[in-house]
Amino acid sequence: MGVGSFFTSKLDEAIGWARKYSIFQYPFVTACCGMEYMATACSHYDVDRFGAGLPRFSPRQADVLFVVGTISHKMAPVLKRIYDQMTEPKWVVAFGVCTCTGGFYDNYATVQGIDTIIPVDVYIPGCPPRPESVLDGLMKLQDKIAAGAQRY
Amino acid sequence: MDGAAILDRLRTRFGAAVIETHAHRGDHTAVVERAAITDVLRFCRDDAELGFDMLSDLTAVDYLKFPGREDGPRFDVVYHLYSLTHNHRVRLKVRVDEDDAVVPTAMAVWPIADWLEREVWDMFGIRFEGHPDLRRLLMYDEFVGHPLRKDYPINRRQPLIGPRT
Amino acid sequence: MAETTRREIMLGEGSGTGTGQDLRVGMGPAHPAMHGIIRIVADLDGEVIRKADVEIGYLHRAFEKDCEVGGWNNAIPYTDRLNYVSPLINNFAYASAVEKLLGIEVTERCRYIRTIMSEISRVCDHLTCVGASSMELGAFTVFLYMIKAREYLWELVEDVTGARLTISYGRVGGVKADLPDGFEAKVRKAFKETREVLAEVHRLLTGNRIFMDRMVGVGALSREETIAYGITGPLLRAVGVPYDVRRAAPHWAYDRVEFEVVTQKDGDNYARYLVRMAEMEQSMRIAEEALARMPVGPINVDFEGHPIDPASYVDQGKQGKTQGLLLVPIRLSPNLEGQNKRALDQVNADDKRVVLPPKETAYGSIEGLMNHFMLIMEGYGIRPPAGEAYFAAEGANGELGFYVVSDGGDRPYRVRCRPPCLPPMAALHRMIEGEMVADLIPTFGSVNMIGGELDR
Repeated sequence: MGVGSFFTSKLDEAIGWARKYSIFQYPFVTACCGMEYMATACSHYDVDRFGAGLPRFSPRQADVLFVVGTISHKMAPVLKRIYDQMTEPKWVVAFGVCTCTGGFYDNYATVQGIDTIIPVDVYIPGCPPRPESVLDGLMKLQDKIAAGAQRY
Repeated sequence: MDGAAILDRLRTRFGAAVIETHAHRGDHTAVVERAAITDVLRFCRDDAELGFDMLSDLTAVDYLKFPGREDGPRFDVVYHLYSLTHNHRVRLKVRVDEDDAVVPTAMAVWPIADWLEREVWDMFGIRFEGHPDLRRLLMYDEFVGHPLRKDYPINRRQPLIGPRT
Repeated sequence: MAETTRREIMLGEGSGTGTGQDLRVGMGPAHPAMHGIIRIVADLDGEVIRKADVEIGYLHRAFEKDCEVGGWNNAIPYTDRLNYVSPLINNFAYASAVEKLLGIEVTERCRYIRTIMSEISRVCDHLTCVGASSMELGAFTVFLYMIKAREYLWELVEDVTGARLTISYGRVGGVKADLPDGFEAKVRKAFKETREVLAEVHRLLTGNRIFMDRMVGVGALSREETIAYGITGPLLRAVGVPYDVRRAAPHWAYDRVEFEVVTQKDGDNYARYLVRMAEMEQSMRIAEEALARMPVGPINVDFEGHPIDPASYVDQGKQGKTQGLLLVPIRLSPNLEGQNKRALDQVNADDKRVVLPPKETAYGSIEGLMNHFMLIMEGYGIRPPAGEAYFAAEGANGELGFYVVSDGGDRPYRVRCRPPCLPPMAALHRMIEGEMVADLIPTFGSVNMIGGELDR
């Protein structure tokens, strides 16, 4: 039985390795963080070298949902719907402090953290986070993907 | 045309409908009676000397908590007009009571009033008579209340989905 | 059954014959080509949009209500996030509106600094707009080049303000801190790179057959309608009206520098693109000229002594040896360098009821400390006399106005932002009705809707 589990664990590692270096992101961009997202995705802070450079603009084709920017209560059902439309395995990155906790928008219009609506894997705080923070968050997400941890 | 001359011209043309005027910090302002506002706006646009061809902004202020105006009319609907030809500005205000919060629409004069009035309805609850499609602009339809009113607490959330904290 | 016409075969069933039913298509709010989140519900007749309804408000973050919660300077971070691609203009426009309400003037140097930083911000905005709309049309390289240029400019902004995007640099009565040393050389280098990028983009796009086919004659709005909808900024200048708030009501240092107001005639997307490209060059020209002309400002040195380090300064003060301490030029920690006496004298109005005292005074004397306390703590703070004021600045999209109402207290009673991109969005349905679905993309891109500003 040791040999069998050696092969399956090696297989898990291989799948994790393949998944973490081919991230198809769905950038759900709403607000100011979108500017830092654009900066991270472009040539200077290139996110393509992490294998995450191809955004897929359909939730059916993506595996990581980058929620970038403030989510208002009007937008929340749309976010939930997009999340539901994504197929497993999927991960969610809360980019920017508005998605982590609502930011400094403690008012009638803003969702106080998207984890009240959808499960989140990596939180990248910052208003907006510097591209270095984003890349750090992306690498943490890659570790999580490689470890195979998922929620259902 | 300088600001004082603009206000004079409005006063001469409309007489008692121009309730008061001031020029605080250089912004020439006229408070106009509600019944006359559409005529005043049309005159401002069409008169050759005034020539206010642009409605810069249409908004409202809630004076509920303003010291000295707690008993007076609650809302002020504020129009900012700008003239491209003469490069001058004027501000018009209409005082509106809370229980009679209706103002004639300015859509016939400038089409941008469509969205600006929808926003005032959304945020303050002031109706615009004659507006063909007065629905919310910024908030969702299920939202109850008018958020920019002073008695709407800033934290009162009405989530469509998710927890109500 | 009517015979299928060739038009129907090409464009879809029912097109143009009046017999078909319109197809209702919703674009957005989560849509890749929508820069920001809006929803356009379009009734399509084949490929042609018959009727479009634009729905906004998906990014409403209660800016106006949030401004009423804290003090007058507390609203500055909220104004950053209005037009988040050119945040400096929003900061300064709001600060100027409050200064108008207070009736105070800022120093000469501060005016020049505000002008320079606004123009850098404007270039960033136009770069993002043209870059993103080109990306939607398929010119991905242009997007990468323009974002590269934007990085150079953001490095400049970071040098001055400490942050790249949401900078909170403006203050009522001045700016947060003075320009750092060596700024002019850095600006020259950054502008050189930006000009190279612009030249490259001109080569790639301006005469490009595909770009012109998609942009020329598309999304046009007549001059009368543009004015009737209250549209200002590049869209108004693209129909030939030379209205620029920097010329019409010069604020800050715009009447001391020379620049051209760029106009085009046709009012279609291509004209708007040309206006934006030319405006970037004008902005860089303004910034360079302002840098050359900027007054140095008074240098306050009370006496020539050896600067003592902060720790000894504090020790002396604690031992009660305070005589003459205020006259000694102390060397502040590098984090506070921009907020020392000399710098703040140059950039802040000298009204003690409004601007924070320089750090040496705040740490070094009881009056300075009290002044600082009175401006920051609750119940005190800046108190403009009761009244209202409207201040208009030229934002990247047009006339950015702030209407502030004060009740004499330390918090704003009402702050209204007149968003320059609301009128074009209200007129968007006029621009796209009668055009094809694919024409919506460049039209929407050329409007440069910024969600933070539209929905506030």
